[in-house]
Formats: sequence, structure tokens, C-alpha cells
Amino acid sequence: MSRSPVSDGGLRERILQETGVNTARCYQCGKCSAGCPMAAETRWRPHDVMRMVNTGAVGPLQDDPSIWLCLACETCASRCPNGCDPARVIDALRERFAREAPGGVPRPVAAFHRAFLDQVRRHGRSFELGMVMEYKLRTGALTEDALSAPGLLARGKLSLTPSRISGIGEVRRIFDACTGSAGTGAGGTGAGGDDR
Amino acid sequence: MARIGVFVCHCGENIGRTVDASSVAEALRSHPGVVHAEDYRYMCSDPGQTLVREAIAANRLTGVVVAACSPHMHERTFRKVVAAAGLNPFLCEMANIREQCSWIHEDREQATGKAIAITRALVEKVKANTPLETIRIPIERRALVIGGGIAGIQAALDLADGGAEVVLVEKESSIGGHMSQLSETFPTLDCSQCILTPRMVEVAQHPRIRLYAYSEVEEVSGYIGNFEVKVRRKARSVNETLCNGCGACTQACPNRKVPNEFECGLGKRPAISVPFPQAVPNMPVLDRERCARFMAIRKGITKAVCGKCAEACTRGAIDFAQEDRFVTEKVGAIIIATGYQLYSIGKEQPEGEGLSGYGEYGYGQVPDVIDGLQFERLASASGPTGGRIVRPSDGRVPKRVVFLQCVGSRDPSRGIPYCSKICCMYVAKHVMLYRHKVHDGEAVVFYMDVRAAGKGYDEFTRRAIEEEGAIYRRGRVARLWRDGDVVKVQGFDTLSGEPLLLDADLVVLATAVRPQPGIRALAQKLSVSCDQHGFINEAHPKLRPVETNTAGIFVAGACQAPRDIPESVAMGSAAAAKVLGLFSKAELEREPTVARVDAAHCAGCFLCERVCPYGAVGRREVRDRAGRLVKVVAEVNPGVCQGCGTCQATCPGKHVEVQGFTDQQIYAEIAAL
Amino acid sequence: MRTGYFPGCSLHGTAREFDESLRAVAGAIGAPLAEIDDWNCCGASSAHVVGQRLAVALPARNLALAEAQGVEQVLAPCAACYNRLAKARRVIEEDEALRREMPELLGRPFGNRVAVRNILEFLTDALPVIEARLVHAFGGLPLACYYGCLLVRPASVTSAEDPEHPTAMEQIARACGAAPVTWHMGLECCGGSLSVSRTGSVIRLGRAILEDARKAGAEALLVACPMCHSNLDFRQRAMTRDGRPPIPVLYVTELVGLALGIEPRRLGLDRHFVSPAPLLARRGQAPAGGRH
Ligand SMILES: Cc1cc2nc3c(=O)[nH]c(=O)nc-3n(C[C@H](O)[C@H](O)[C@H](O)COP(=O)(O)OP(=O)(O)OC[C@H]3O[C@@H](n4cnc5c(N)ncnc54)[C@H](O)[C@@H]3O)c2cc1C
Ligand code: SF4
Ligand code: SF4
Ligand code: SF4
Ligand code: SF4
Repeated sequence: MSRSPVSDGGLRERILQETGVNTARCYQCGKCSAGCPMAAETRWRPHDVMRMVNTGAVGPLQDDPSIWLCLACETCASRCPNGCDPARVIDALRERFAREAPGGVPRPVAAFHRAFLDQVRRHGRSFELGMVMEYKLRTGALTEDALSAPGLLARGKLSLTPSRISGIGEVRRIFDACTGSAGTGAGGTGAGGDDR
Repeated sequence: MARIGVFVCHCGENIGRTVDASSVAEALRSHPGVVHAEDYRYMCSDPGQTLVREAIAANRLTGVVVAACSPHMHERTFRKVVAAAGLNPFLCEMANIREQCSWIHEDREQATGKAIAITRALVEKVKANTPLETIRIPIERRALVIGGGIAGIQAALDLADGGAEVVLVEKESSIGGHMSQLSETFPTLDCSQCILTPRMVEVAQHPRIRLYAYSEVEEVSGYIGNFEVKVRRKARSVNETLCNGCGACTQACPNRKVPNEFECGLGKRPAISVPFPQAVPNMPVLDRERCARFMAIRKGITKAVCGKCAEACTRGAIDFAQEDRFVTEKVGAIIIATGYQLYSIGKEQPEGEGLSGYGEYGYGQVPDVIDGLQFERLASASGPTGGRIVRPSDGRVPKRVVFLQCVGSRDPSRGIPYCSKICCMYVAKHVMLYRHKVHDGEAVVFYMDVRAAGKGYDEFTRRAIEEEGAIYRRGRVARLWRDGDVVKVQGFDTLSGEPLLLDADLVVLATAVRPQPGIRALAQKLSVSCDQHGFINEAHPKLRPVETNTAGIFVAGACQAPRDIPESVAMGSAAAAKVLGLFSKAELEREPTVARVDAAHCAGCFLCERVCPYGAVGRREVRDRAGRLVKVVAEVNPGVCQGCGTCQATCPGKHVEVQGFTDQQIYAEIAAL
Repeated sequence: MRTGYFPGCSLHGTAREFDESLRAVAGAIGAPLAEIDDWNCCGASSAHVVGQRLAVALPARNLALAEAQGVEQVLAPCAACYNRLAKARRVIEEDEALRREMPELLGRPFGNRVAVRNILEFLTDALPVIEARLVHAFGGLPLACYYGCLLVRPASVTSAEDPEHPTAMEQIARACGAAPVTWHMGLECCGGSLSVSRTGSVIRLGRAILEDARKAGAEALLVACPMCHSNLDFRQRAMTRDGRPPIPVLYVTELVGLALGIEPRRLGLDRHFVSPAPLLARRGQAPAGGRH
């Protein structure tokens, strides 16, 4: 007979190191999930995430978009009786998953973050038109409303050309230092090195 | 000449494994002053004790050293043996060669050497010892009970029935405590008033109980067996001897809009009132904050206003000029039974307690969100609604009541990490009371765990679910808010994985149990300690649950930790039994290892008086034969002194010393090493 | 005290009216704003998906620039930028190693000395001046103060006086003569970070907010966050069922600007998707010229 494997508590420990959140303090009261605005749409709610980190079995989180739908609204964290911060833990897991298995990140989410950061990397600021176009290309949702450009243009809310900051070199160095150059991050949000 | 006997114990293998006991005995045999030394397998056993006794007689020993375990274990045993053999027990010392030698060393040779050294040191100490006599202190065989809740009532009755005199001090105008506010009680659902009232009456009528209601403890001095307590009898504005409790004044008072504390704010009372009809003593208190006459006086109006109560009183008992009075009582023991209060979720929290409120539940400002005691009053036949469960806001019968457990409790972020212990049970009770009265009503309970470990308790909570149809949802509620005329409850059921948004007609919060306000000040007066939350510390969490760390002071009921009625009563009885045990002796015996001042040499600097942590040092005048004052010296009260030796270390001239631990004795011990 | 101004990307783009109204109000109350030269994007909600270091470093560069410019505090009107900047400041403050690493990472001197302030703090400080210069008080206009997340949570970052019951926006609204309604969605999330990638969720969340505001009798929503504004204004049509009247969403600076008598067009009121013109006309404020 083979013995069931012993959990080493390693994930919990690593999350504690990375985030300062001691998930062991979570007693599964569900108050975080009760207030979570996305609980109606997600399979795994913040208290589930805490539980899975504690048991070391986060596999199900990788097979499901739930944690990618977290709005980072911090409602969960602000009400936790034990000072746990599920939003921060979710953040750390996303980072981890994006690094370990970029393919698992839901496409629209990855595309959005990537498109956004690409603009920042290129210009130092976000360039909405460029971002929306890149997003549409990445998701293939060419006709879907991402941000209805005509309406925005008419109201002077969308500029047609990006404004590039003069310290763009500094910003790119920061990106490189923080992402370990190209191709990392949420589905590769690291934005390639060149000026494409 | 000293004739010392040394007895070395093997303690089975405990000492024998690393220390060669017979070598120790052998070595001591040649030590100056030692006339007898032997070793034995178990010195504390009957044959071992016999060895000691016989050796004392045979060798006319003047002192005994038992080289064995810690004095904590067996000093008492061997001192008794020595006393039985006719030697003063304080001429017997333990040399600890177990905890301080055999248990912590491995090398047999070295350990044996160390054991010899330790034993030699103690032989030198015994040589310097002098016979000491046990101290006897007279006992005042009366007890003070502070707090007249069920715990205090039980303690007072047991004490009085056991023959002791009792002084019962209650700060409110009636005894009864929280139990008098409860409707029915778990786990049997008997009516709270029906079982409590007879005991309250018994207190009032007991010839050996002196009740000071509407009174507080002002000052405490003295020590076990001999406390002196000053009690403040707060002004009721009613003459206690004239008032016969007819209630005419309360009927006459025109100011009837004062929120009623006994009804937890759910009802109104006049400015002069009795909290409830069965009050003991049945005597009103005039609330000077709310009385028209006193309000006028505060505004500077000189004309006597109102006075309707005085007009109505046929016995002339109303006394507007009454002042607080003080009485002093001598007692031999004190029981603290001041009970609890409930945590409030409000924004304002008591300062310095590290607590905070629940903003997400509206800080207690949402209408139709009440606490457990308010629910008790709604469900009580003698309550403001006559036992009809209705909403405070509009008087409607609620069709869905949502109960929230662990509000404040088990919530470190609000400053209360502990479980309040009683709420799981009373919520189950509330569910039953509600369903018995509102048959088509829905009861929903949000809980984290159901903690019902007591006789018949789990069965009780199961009944709420199985027979009364309560819906138990596992999870904490995130938010409460008023929407139209319902309260929205935003929760989650972690068992079904459902987010929930319920419309509740009434929400009942099981708020945390906290100690009474003012508990820390009282504890300070009594020199007892509180835990970080303000609950009174017991002397030992397992073995001395109703004693405090101060001798002669005991604790009972919910002031020690959250307690239900059966536990409070058990503690009340236990504390009373402890006090009766104390009172069963004519005098109190204490070990004579207390400090004594050498009055002939004391210079009267009183440094010792300043440093003594127990306040045991006082002053005494020394006079010559003609009665002329020669000098004032320090004097140690042996009843209070704990033998800590702080004075001994402080006295510049070494004129105060703890007997049995004099400098000479200690130096002799050290010099031998 | 010299205040640096960090507009952030939104205020140069989709939230131009926030920038315009803020500048107009700052001028009117005599509180000059010095824009931080060459500022960069704070990273918004995307940078921290990549990693904490990026999420801290991008805002930190702006703090370093502000420091170099000699200001003592930075005003970040966009709630998201405010949150990012304040968070970075705090994280660096608490992490000694990170603080020492910063100058190297940024390629600039950095002492983490500049305080970060949000628009509500800025306006609250200015309340006496605003009250003194009020020319057009709103006669009890019922409006719903919508804080969203980033101005209040997490409390350790935002220094919100009470994360469940903030009152700053209400106080500003009252100073302008408006009458904030009691409602229950003022702190719920509008879904900002999924605005582009998951519109359906945003519409569900926004609808609940708008419906509660309507139920409470609000005639307008007051916001202080470009993401909330763009969700609730730009997407409002999709959020509103069965021909209910639209409900304008005003920036708090626009409200103050109107109360100070500044011309609606200068406040950018013509840039809204849900035009505030009918409301302003009804309330006796000059209607905004349309660009609709
Ligand atoms: C909603 C609710 C429902 C409950 N239902 C049940 C139930 O069904 N069954 C059950 O077993 N238990 C129940 N309990 C628990 C029960 O109330 C307590 O176990 C019990 O009241 C504790 O008794 P006590 O004498 O220790 O304290 P208390 O009842 O609090 O009495 C303490 C007394 O001391 C007085 N006092 C306080 N400070 C001072 C002072 N400094 N000087 C003089 N006097 C002072 C107070 O005025 C009070 O009269 C319930 C509790 C709550 C909150
Ligand atoms: S609120 Fe806190 S303790 Fe409760 S389930 Fe969520 S993370 Fe755990
Ligand atoms: S931060 Fe994420 S998990 Fe937490 S309440 Fe908001 S959406 Fe839910
Ligand atoms: S003086 Fe008047 S107001 Fe005061 S208690 Fe008597 S009747 Fe009531
Ligand atoms: S007794 Fe039950 S409701 Fe009360 S604090 Fe403990 S677990 Fe919570």
C-alpha cells in the first residue's frame, strides 16, 4: 500500500515570506467571501484561496479563472477578523502562476495587462488608443466594445498620438530590472525590449 | 556541638543513575558535625521515613539534611517526620540533588562530586539554623462578597448557611445581576426569574447576611483573616428605614421618559424607580441626573421644583438631601463576583482597552439590530412587550430573525481573541423562544462553530436545528444595512459555498462577554491581578480555580472568564467552601519564614517600608519604662509578609531578615561550596 | 506648503475633465499646482500583476522626481494613482532593504520624503476658502457620494479616517450646498480593473450602484476616481434598464467648480457621456454646451 504524501507546508511559508500574510491565521469564517463583489461570478472565493494555500493544494486555482477576476478592491482584507489579506495572497499567486504557467492566465486578462504595460514601457505613460488596439488584436475581439473610440474622440478624451516622456530610458531600465527583461509577467506582460 | 544526620535518596533510578548515592553518604560521614549518614532507595517511602525518625532518636541528632529532590516536592514531608521525632521542623533542610544535579548531568563521577558539594552546603546551613515557631493569626470569621449576581448570591447563601457572617455589596439598587434580565434559561428552558427570585429573597431574609445594595467597595486594607473594608453606600435619596416599598413615588413621578437600563433601553422608567418588581431590596432609587428637582438645582434655580414623589410618599421617606455614607466592616475573606458586561459594536469604545467597533454593521445605529440581552427582554413575560417578540422600530412581529454569533468574540481585529463561551447556547435558546412564539417565523443563525460542550448542551443546539427548524449558516456576515424597512444581511455560507443577501426583519447580535467596567480599579484595591482583558486571574488555571494570588481573596462567576449560570453557581459554592475551610480553624497557621526587624538596631530609615511589594512593613513606637518615646522602628506584619526578602536586601544595616534565610545562614551555605 | 501635481495618464486622457476642473478650482481658490516634470505612469492595476517590485518602482520614480522638484507633498487626484503612490511610499518606508535599493533601481537620488495626498484631502483642507468664495450653492441637490475602493482601502495605505464610514466627500458636497443622500453602495467596487477585459462584470456591479443611488433619490453621483467615472458614465447606457432617466456622474472638482461659479465648459462638463446639462438647467446652473 502506498502512503499518501505528507504536505510540507512550504507554500504557506513562501507566501508568508513574500507577502507578510500568515494564512494560518485564517479560520475560514468566510467574511471575506461574504463581501467580495466577485463572489457571485467566481468558483473559488477568497476564503477558498486561503484554505488551499494552507493545505498546499492550489492546483484547482490554476485550472480556473477565479483568481484572475479579483478586482483588488481590498474589501476582503479590510474586514478580515484576523488581519489576513486575501487580496495580497491572490496577487502573489497570480505572480507565481504567470511565471510558472503563463498559458494558464485567461486571455483577455493577460492581454489587457500586457497591452497596458507595453504602452507604459514604450512611452512612459499609457496610450489608450494604442492600448485598446493592441488589446483587440491580442484577444481577437475586434468588434467588441473595449472603449468606444469614436465617442471618446468626440469628447476629446482620446489622443491620436502617444506622448513620450523624456526619461523613457529610465522607465525601461526599471522594467528590465523588475521583470528580468523580456517575456515574463502575466502572460508575458513584460513587454519586449525593443521599441516595436 | 552540632549532631547532623544526612539521608541520601536514590529516588529509584532518578538520582541513582547518575549520582552514586552511597558515595555521597560516605563522603558526608567525615564532614565536621555529621554524626550519621546513610543512603536509601526511596527516602520518602514509609521505610525511608522510619529510617530518618529512628536515626534522630538513636543519634540524638540536632539537625537533618535530606539529599533528594526539590524542596517543592518533599520539604513538607520530611519536616513533618522530623517534627514527629521531636526536633524543630525548621532544623531539617533538603539538598536538591535531583532537579539541580542528577537530571541535568550525564557524567557520573562529576555529578556525584556536585551532589556531595550541594549536600555539604546544606549541612552548613542547618548548623546555622535556629528553631522557628509556626505563626498563628486570628481569623475574623465574616466574609465580604462583592457583586450580587447569581455567583455572589450563591456564595453568600452557602457561607451564611455554613455559619459564617456575610457582607454582600452590590453596586446596583437590586441584587440579581444579569440572570434577573433573562427570560428562560438553557439548557432546560426554565424561567429565570422563577428560579432566581426565591434565592434573592433568601438573601434578604437571612439573619447572617448583611446586604448593602446600591453600594460600592471604597477601600480595602489588611490581610487574610483580617481585612478592613470601607463601603460607600450611595445616596438613594430614599430613607431605607422608612421606605416600605409601596411604589407610590414611582407612580407619582411625572418624568417618565428615562431609558430603562434594566430593559436595555427598550422601555422607559420614571426618574425614581425600582428596576423590576421582584427587586431585592424592594426600594427605589432617585436618579439625580434625570430628576426635575436636581436638574433645576444644577441650573441654579433655587426654588424647590417638583417634589411629587415626596408628596406621594405617606411615610416621608424621600430624602432629597441624603448623602453618600460610609461604613467599615472587618472581614476575614473576600469573594469577588462582579460578573460581566456585553461588548458594544459602537464607534466609541472604552479608552485604553484596545477595542474597536463594527463599522460594517453600522456601529449599532441600524434600527432593529439588537443584542442578546435586548432579545431576552423582548422574550421575557415581564419585559417591555409582555413577552411578545416585536421589532423595536415599529412594533411589528418579525417574520425573519437573523442571529449573528461571535460578534466581537474571536475577532482579534476588534481586540477580543477569546470565545465568549455562552453565546452558542443562548442563540440556540433564542431560536427556540422565537419559534415557540412566532410559529411561521424563520430563524437564521450565522455561526463559525457551534461550541456546546456541557451536559445536555449539544443536544440542546441540535434540537434548535432538528426540531425548531433553525437554518444554521456557517460564516461571518460581511455587512448589515437598513434598506427600506428591512435589514440587509450580506453573508456567505462556507458549507454550501453560497453568497447570501438576506432581508431580515430583526437582527440579533451575540456580542462578546467582557468584564464589568471598573474591574481594574477594584482589582487594584484588592491587590489581585487581571488578565489582559480585565478578567480576574485565578491562582492556578487548573488546580486553584477560585482562589486569587492574594491569600484570602477568592473569585466566582463571570468576572473570572465568560461563564454560564451552572458554572457561576458552582464557582460561587466552591469559593464559599474555600472560605468556610479557612474559617473552620480558630487561627491561621503560617510558615515562620517571614521577615523580622531587629528593633534594637533598626535606625528607622524605613527603606524597607518603601520597597515591600506587599505593604507588610509598618511602624512601631519604642518607649522606655516611663513611657517616653525612644524611637520609631519598622515592624513587619507576619500576616502579610510573603518572605520575599526584598527588605533584607535593601536594609543598609541588615537589621531586617527573613527567618530561615538570614545572611548568616546563606553565607554558611555558600562558604561550604 | 508647495504641492506637486501628479495628473497621471487618465487625467491626460479619458478623464480630461477631472484635470480641467481641478486646475480651474485650484486657480479659483488660490492654490497653485506645480505639475511634476516628466512624470510616468504609476503602473495602475497592471504592474502588480507582474510583480511587487515593478508596482513599487514605477510610482517611486514619480516620488523621486517630486523630491527633486522640491515639493513637500504630491497631489494625486486620480484615486488609482493616489493608491499606487501612497502604497509605494509605505512599502518602501517599511522595507529597509528596498529603500536602500531604490536609488540604484531608479537611477536617481531618493529619500522617500514626499507625502502623497488625495483629492478629498486637498479639498477638505481648502474648505474654508471654498465656503468663503461660494457663489452658486446647490440648493440641496440630492447626490450620492461614491468613494469606490481606492480612496479608502486598504486603510493602512489610504489613511481614511474610517474605511467603513468615510465622510470627507459628504462634507465637501455639503459645503457646496448639496445634500448627500444616505445610501449603501458608496464603498462597493465598480469593477474598475476589469473594465476592458470583462465588461459584463463591470455592468453588473455598476448597475447595482446606480440602482441604489436612484432608490435613495440621488439626482447625481459624485466621484473622485477616473475609473469609477468612466465605468459609471461611459457605460451607464448599458447598465440602465427600461428607459430610466440617466444619472449624471460628477467629479468632486466639477461640483466645487460649479459652486465657485466657474463656467461649466471650463470644468469639462461637456465631455460627459451622460450630460449633466439637464440637471444643471433644472437646478438653475448654467447649461453646458454640448459636444454630444
Ligand atoms: C443574552 C444572554 C443570555 C444568557 N442566557 C443564559 C442561559 O440561558 N443560561 C445560562 O446558564 N446562562 C445564560 N447567560 C449567562 C448568564 O447571564 C451568566 O452566566 C450569569 O449572569 C453570570 O453571573 P455572575 O453573578 O457571575 O455575573 P452577573 O450576572 O453579571 O452579576 C454580577 C453582579 O455584580 C454587580 N457588580 C459588578 N461590579 C460591581 C462592583 N464593583 N461592586 C459591586 N457590585 C458589582 C453587578 O451589578 C451584578 O449584579 C446568558 C447571558 C447572556 C448575555
Ligand atoms: S475573512 Fe479572514 S479569516 Fe475569514 S475566511 Fe477570509 S481570510 Fe480567512
Ligand atoms: S480584493 Fe479580490 S478577493 Fe478581495 S474582495 Fe475584492 S475582488 Fe474579492
Ligand atoms: S422630584 Fe419629581 S422628578 Fe424628581 S424623582 Fe421626585 S417626582 Fe420624579
Ligand atoms: S460561544 Fe459560540 S458564538 Fe460565542 S464566541 Fe464562542 S463560538 Fe462564538
